[in-house]
Amino acid sequence: MKRMTIAVIVLLLIAGGWWLFRAETRQPVSPSASKVDGATLKDPALIAKGHYLAIVGDCASCHTAQGGERYAGGRVLPTPFGSIPSPNITPDHGTGLGEWSFEDFWQALHSGKGRHGEFLYPVFSYTSFTKVTREDALAIFAYLQSLAPVRAPAQAPELEFPYSVRTSLKAWRALYFREGEFQRDASKSDAWNRGAYLVQGLGHCNECHAARDSLGGQQGSASLAGGQIPAQNWYAPDLSMQANGGLAGWSEQDIVDLLKTGQSTRGTAFGPMAEVVAESTQHMHEDDLRAIATYLQSLPPRPAAVVATSELDTRAILAQGAKVYAQRCADCHGKDGNGVAGIYPPLNGNSSVNEPTGINATRVVVLGGFAPVTEGNPRPYSMPPFAQQLSDADVAAVVSYIRRSWSNKASIVMERDVVKYRHTPID
Amino acid sequence: MRLEPLAALSRVDWGIMKGLSAKCSRAGRVLGAWVVLVGILLADKANAQDVAHPDIPDTLQQRIAACTACHGVHGEGTPESGFFPRLAGKPAGYLARQLKDFQDGLRKYGPMEYTVKQLSPAYMHEIAEYFAAQDVPYVRSPVPNVSTQLRQRGEMLVTHGDPSRQIPPCAACHGSQLTGVQPNIPGLVGLPYDYISSQLGSWRTKTRSTVAPDCMSEIANRLSDSDITAVSAWLASRELPADMHAQAPDTVTPPLHCGVLSDKGDGA
Repeated sequence: MKRMTIAVIVLLLIAGGWWLFRAETRQPVSPSASKVDGATLKDPALIAKGHYLAIVGDCASCHTAQGGERYAGGRVLPTPFGSIPSPNITPDHGTGLGEWSFEDFWQALHSGKGRHGEFLYPVFSYTSFTKVTREDALAIFAYLQSLAPVRAPAQAPELEFPYSVRTSLKAWRALYFREGEFQRDASKSDAWNRGAYLVQGLGHCNECHAARDSLGGQQGSASLAGGQIPAQNWYAPDLSMQANGGLAGWSEQDIVDLLKTGQSTRGTAFGPMAEVVAESTQHMHEDDLRAIATYLQSLPPRPAAVVATSELDTRAILAQGAKVYAQRCADCHGKDGNGVAGIYPPLNGNSSVNEPTGINATRVVVLGGFAPVTEGNPRPYSMPPFAQQLSDADVAAVVSYIRRSWSNKASIVMERDVVKYRHTPID
Repeated sequence: MRLEPLAALSRVDWGIMKGLSAKCSRAGRVLGAWVVLVGILLADKANAQDVAHPDIPDTLQQRIAACTACHGVHGEGTPESGFFPRLAGKPAGYLARQLKDFQDGLRKYGPMEYTVKQLSPAYMHEIAEYFAAQDVPYVRSPVPNVSTQLRQRGEMLVTHGDPSRQIPPCAACHGSQLTGVQPNIPGLVGLPYDYISSQLGSWRTKTRSTVAPDCMSEIANRLSDSDITAVSAWLASRELPADMHAQAPDTVTPPLHCGVLSDKGDGA
């Protein structure tokens, strides 16, 4: 009996191993064999639509290296599992999508698989892009194929074992990836459906705005409830506009303003979101931005945050923080923490100040920087970087102070956290 | 200003608190806590009566606080340490090019790359013009003691170059008085020793580069380590000319092809 059990277990392990590591292969479809003919891909109206959708999806942000040719890839994306350079998606033969057919492109965007059926690393957000409709995918493909080809050979990912073995993604996909186009909800308005489609699909907002587990998956996280961006060390706040939500108190207009101009009466985009606004959302049509706001308004209320009462005596740190605030911050953000409308963001009730980790406020104090340059705000005001002027203790004090002043009730930040985030590489 | 009562209160309270907690007096601590709390409440009340903010001036100077925090309100830099370079009076084309080079990752310095990442070309030019127009006195920086021989070598390189190693004189591009040439060539006098030598080093380690052909990178790589010391020391110790402004445009003929000068010059 015992022998039998062992034999069954061994057989199961072998079967499991075979399932896991059996390479899946696929024969690429050549452009000439594609069901989409060349004339369709050259349709100017389709290309124009694809251009807009590529901006909505912010494809260029990841697929362009610093100072490099647009869409030629080469930006190295840091993950906890290693670095993955983005590929060239211009229609270059040999190094880009020159030999790709629409069927190949659809397979990548919708199923997360390369031309030959190999699994793609989910740093390419096919967990969201799978919701994009075939029609929209065709437009994006037509646009990409209309670009001037750039010769830029792909760089190899630098991943730790076992992540370096692509077939290991089979297990990851079984856990975290559900393939399928966006399904309309007939009980909701057109605007809600459009917003949900953009947010969940092409906009891939959830890829940053939800927590990831130790394997980088998001299956257990509430949608758009906020999360720390691994390796980059920024916190993408909760996007619920209802009770206890990160955007509680925001109006539809505030959402539209932030996405259109980079700032609203409730906050200013910075860090990775500044890039999203500059490259993507500021160029979106007004009705699409309103649709996004409509959808965000329907996100559920969140449970009230429980801030652990510190066992430390926090009075000294808060008193020091008040002193630093009065000297360095109050002239612009106001003693009341309410900022100056249209110029400096409020800190009072600001979701990025109050996010659970304190990373955002810490890094903004250290790095300073400009609000994104947009058509609506072409000459933004800026914040001085305090990296050279404030010690780790002073940064911790002032960040703790703003997180616990006015209506803010977030946790304090420790000096050791500042040490960590002061040295996060900037990208 | 009106936060001062709070700060003052807290300071006084801390004096009391330290004394009391040293005696492990729980009652004292509770009392102290109440005093602090009342202080905070009072200060809060005072805040509520405040005019929320001073007027924020609608000036470029106010907008670019992220720049002036390190480089100075007038771009005077930190001549004592040499760490944050002076921007005042440098030609606008040169300054705008540096911003673009940081944006493109050709010049490497994380905080600068982060700060300029989202700026538009138009805004970068406006910022460059601001600093180019600043006219503030030069402050001398400490110069290391170098041998007479090395100093002479420095002078030789700056004024005559070293033809045997294809090193052109600095003055050939940077102007007869080494005060730069409008609109793209910076001056070399009035800069700290540490700044000059670290820039020459950066061209060799590729943490500073620019659009090809990168003539300064070629020159820096032809210099020996001691040449860099010699040139930097001589430049940093040179008496400043009465007129520190950059020469008029098109008054030099660069001996090398330089991408930053739209590849003018007649070969090297």
